Amino acid sequence: MAVPAVRRAPIRTGMKRPRIRFFRQVLTVAWKDLRSELRTKEALNASFAFALVILLLFSIAFEPTEDQTREISGGLLWLVFAFAGALILNRSFARELANDCLDALIAAPMSGAALFLGKTLANFVLLSAVEFVCLPVFGVLYNVHWTQQALPLAGVIALGTWGLTVVGTVFSALTVNLRLRELMLPMLVYPILIPCLLAAMQLTAPLVMGEPYTAELSQWVRLLVAFDVIFSALALALIESVMVR
Amino acid sequence: MRDKTILVLSWFTALLLAGNLAIMLLVLPDEVEQGPIFRIIFFHVPVAWTAFALFFAAMISSILYLVRKNLKFDSFAAAATEVGLAFGAANLLTGMIWGRIIWGIWWTWDARLTSMLVGWIIYAGYVMLRRAIEEPTERARMSAVVSILAFADVPIIFFSIKWWRTQHPQPVVYGSGIMSPAYRFMLFFNWLPLLLLGIVLLLIRMRQEQTGREIDALRREVHAF
Repeated sequence: MAVPAVRRAPIRTGMKRPRIRFFRQVLTVAWKDLRSELRTKEALNASFAFALVILLLFSIAFEPTEDQTREISGGLLWLVFAFAGALILNRSFARELANDCLDALIAAPMSGAALFLGKTLANFVLLSAVEFVCLPVFGVLYNVHWTQQALPLAGVIALGTWGLTVVGTVFSALTVNLRLRELMLPMLVYPILIPCLLAAMQLTAPLVMGEPYTAELSQWVRLLVAFDVIFSALALALIESVMVR
Repeated sequence: MRDKTILVLSWFTALLLAGNLAIMLLVLPDEVEQGPIFRIIFFHVPVAWTAFALFFAAMISSILYLVRKNLKFDSFAAAATEVGLAFGAANLLTGMIWGRIIWGIWWTWDARLTSMLVGWIIYAGYVMLRRAIEEPTERARMSAVVSILAFADVPIIFFSIKWWRTQHPQPVVYGSGIMSPAYRFMLFFNWLPLLLLGIVLLLIRMRQEQTGREIDALRREVHAF
């Protein structure tokens, strides 16, 4: 008896493309975080208001002239970004404590790395949004034309912000169960971030001043990229140990 | 057994240190330019080496903890970091005393001083984190992660701050001095007792850590009834 040959359609289990599944999970977590943040806006509002207050305090404390402002712009902007970032990062995992959402997320059928990357991505987008609003405010309040080197500046800010959020998200997960969470996070994160912040500050000041990108600046770009790569890799390698319950 | 090891090591360390001090103060001549204060280098530099050795050991032990999940490695890492912090503080303080005499200032934001301070603050954060977590295995996991991240950051900090400082020249520049063989010998030879002192303190601190954990376990058992 001749059995007719049946051409079976390949079964789609999703297992065949684990990489695509991983990125889909990352995007799902990131999108979930962004959506819940956009509904409450608690971290965004607090972060932006705090950034504004620091910009105000700096101008009162130092009353810089236009030239002085350009010189300190790198340090000023990155301090503002780092402080504003701490508020966003604090909320990142703390938001999941209510109703035991964190336990549910950890129990969800995805790797800790996917959860971590999703959260980092969401934090990156949120902090970038705050920075995007802060820059024009800084330009207006301090009378600085910062747009002459807009593209390289955007690149530097993206690299610096990634370093800030990748380290910050690890520590956000680390400190989520502590009583002194809001205090411990910046205490631990800022010293570790020093190379990243230092490089970003060194690059931002000349770019805000409108100076062209020189070879001398490239060593700071290399440092920034190296920091981002090393800490992204370490964070992904270690995050499973942090997330275990 | 361990008591005896600690006792013997302590005595050996004390004798070595006393002998070295006698040689430093009575035999070695003053340095031509700096005078008697130069001798502080025999402590200043070896305590920094000891501190880094301890931080390195803490990182290795932290990795071992994450792999093996044995709390002994956690005790070792905690003890090594705390003793390393003490040695780091000794390095900063002796440096400041020397700076006050030779440079006329207690502190300057020179590359090495800044890097050492940043490293010290990161490890101080590690100790603070440990105090803030009560559950032993959670504390062990979290602090192991911090220890690994901190040690990975140390070389990046050193490079970045070195670049930063070479771009902005400082009034105080480290000369690449040439040291006479007798001084050089003393520098390395004094490292031996200081390293041994670090090991003795590490052993004592590790035993405290383990005893503390045993007491904790017993207390839980009592509460369970």
